[in-house]
Amino acid sequence: MWEYSDKVLDHYRNPRNVGKIDDADIVGEAGSLACGDSLKLYIKLDGNIIKDAKFQTFGCGSAVASSSILTEMIIGKTLEEVKKITNKDIADALGGLPQEKMHCSVMGQEALEDALKKYYKEEDEWEELELTGSSDNHDKVICTCFNVTEGQILEAVKINGLKTVEEVTNYTKAGGACGRCKGAIKNILDEYWKNETPVELTPTQKILKISKVIDQQISPQLQKDGGDIELIDVEGNTVKVKLTGMCSGCKNASMTIKNFVESVLKDKVDSRLEVEQV
Amino acid sequence: MIYFDNNATTRVDEKVLEAMLPYLKEDYANPSSMYDFAKKPAAAIKEARGKIKDFLGANNEKEIFFTSCGSESANMAIKGTLSCNKEKKHIITTKVEHPCVLNLYKALEKDGYETDYISVNSEGELDIEELKSKIRKDTALVSVMYANNENGVINPVKEIADIVKTISPETIFFVDAVQASGKIPINVKDTQIDMLGISGHKFHAPKGVGALYVRPSVRLTPLINGGHQERGLRAGTENVPYIVGIGKAAELAMDSLDYEMKEVKRLRDKLEEGILKNVFNARLNSSVSNRVPNTSNIGFEYVEGELILLHLSDIGVCASSGSACTSGSLEPSHVLRAMGIPFTALHGSIRFSLSRFSTEKEVDYVIEKLPDIMDKITAISPYQEELMKLKQRRG
Ligand SMILES: Cc1ncc(COP(=O)(O)O)c(C=O)c1O
Ligand code: FES
Ligand SMILES: [Zn+2]
Repeated sequence: MWEYSDKVLDHYRNPRNVGKIDDADIVGEAGSLACGDSLKLYIKLDGNIIKDAKFQTFGCGSAVASSSILTEMIIGKTLEEVKKITNKDIADALGGLPQEKMHCSVMGQEALEDALKKYYKEEDEWEELELTGSSDNHDKVICTCFNVTEGQILEAVKINGLKTVEEVTNYTKAGGACGRCKGAIKNILDEYWKNETPVELTPTQKILKISKVIDQQISPQLQKDGGDIELIDVEGNTVKVKLTGMCSGCKNASMTIKNFVESVLKDKVDSRLEVEQV
Repeated sequence: MIYFDNNATTRVDEKVLEAMLPYLKEDYANPSSMYDFAKKPAAAIKEARGKIKDFLGANNEKEIFFTSCGSESANMAIKGTLSCNKEKKHIITTKVEHPCVLNLYKALEKDGYETDYISVNSEGELDIEELKSKIRKDTALVSVMYANNENGVINPVKEIADIVKTISPETIFFVDAVQASGKIPINVKDTQIDMLGISGHKFHAPKGVGALYVRPSVRLTPLINGGHQERGLRAGTENVPYIVGIGKAAELAMDSLDYEMKEVKRLRDKLEEGILKNVFNARLNSSVSNRVPNTSNIGFEYVEGELILLHLSDIGVCASSGSACTSGSLEPSHVLRAMGIPFTALHGSIRFSLSRFSTEKEVDYVIEKLPDIMDKITAISPYQEELMKLKQRRG
């Protein structure tokens, strides 16, 4: 069961501004039936001010709540004001959403953005959000399962400070089905955070760091189960290790251990590391 | 509260709890000990083993091993036989197994096993011809669930066992019977099933106890090494109260099988018919008669399952959904996808699963309340035109 805030509960139980505006000035859309959630946002303008907004949502409790609160957030505001609304603002207004449900708030933002885009395109005033570190092709679909573009991923990364593929999946769904796009997402993340990652370690520094993590964090764990691990060599990003003791003979255990060792090293030293048994 | 989620877990029968209590209180001895004080728990385990033997139609108590759950039973069977049989590297299962088998197969793939996953049709029935075509002389194991947890569809495991053994007599055949036990009669006697696993909490024993039937000719390596318990195949001091519990639950389940297959089925059918009649966007995801008597999986088109569950929960009704949003995964249930359920209904599929404690009043309540809930939810849907067409079509 999800831990939904009282706000979320209130909004899915009593959604505000449900329905269609027949003479809407702009309609924003996001998501799709096949992907499991979709949203239509209708906006009625009075000059530059959003006079009325209504929504129709196909989706879970937090998707309905995100859409509902979004309409409340934008009614009475100017277009310039709502342009600044991010998925984070939507989630915050709801008193937070479970991590795995952040994509619902993103859907809200996307529908709003879609609406604004349509409006400003007509007025010929649309400027892309500035996204540092990105390639030029924002419309390139990265995740075909959920039809998520590079631009959408970058925007979620930027607004929410996402660092891992898993976080990107929570916020945009990309990577959540077949997983084929995970490599591409990783590349986008690496590219985006490139300037932030500490300077590349020298080979010696790397070996020392790996060795320290193995001694202090991995080995004690394995010893608890009567096994141990020995660092044999580091070649590029391949860490060669030998499993000893209880875990050495058995294939199944050694797979589990390899995965464990690899995830710790990826986490603590460098996400590009791979572990190999010798 | 109305609990229609008995495929997830069941309430512990009072009689089961009563039978267990002495072993949580005064009769706490380790059954392996030498003194008289240990005789009662030792005898209780023996008695429980006898009941599970009868429950599964095994020949001998020695064929029954107690485990901690259904997942352990499956792991013990599958890993146990494969590590005794290392030269064969091909294994088969179905696309609709429980994760305790599917994820184990995925892990085995990484260990170098070649796998085949057999398809089901749109009703959830296994493609037996495909299965036949995949069995080889070097197939180490075939694993097929007795009944599916999501749609309730029963597989003809006796016939499948014959097929497996005809094509490849040495291939081991394991049956995950977790969702069949307590709902339909299980009888391994006169079948060629090699191993079969069950889990207590699906038939009114507590969570945390299961059992595995192993034909005497099948060799296994233990998952848990240690003491001599369970004839050396599953070390660890026996969980006496829970073993007593699963034994008692099996006894009660045998007594109420008739009720399950008639009365629970009648209630399930009533619920199903009532919902299909009252709710215009409902469709039955599997309608075959060959289903366990308690399970119904219904797809509600153009709405999302979690939202239905939340609204049901608000009126005190517990059910579950194959929707992506409930599980935290982003994809809808692998079972419904394997069945090719149309995506209009995929995300809005709800499983209702009854038990012998379910009542007619509860069924009537859900049939009565569901249309209101669905009106509320469909009113929010962006697919008003589609819903309107559906309404007209279904009258
Ligand atoms: C078909 C099937 N197999 C195995 C299991 C796992 O049982 P347990 O939860 O006792 O490990 C379940 C439980 O949901 C199941 O439905
Ligand atoms: S392409 Fe992204 S999950 Fe399949
Ligand atoms: Zn959702």
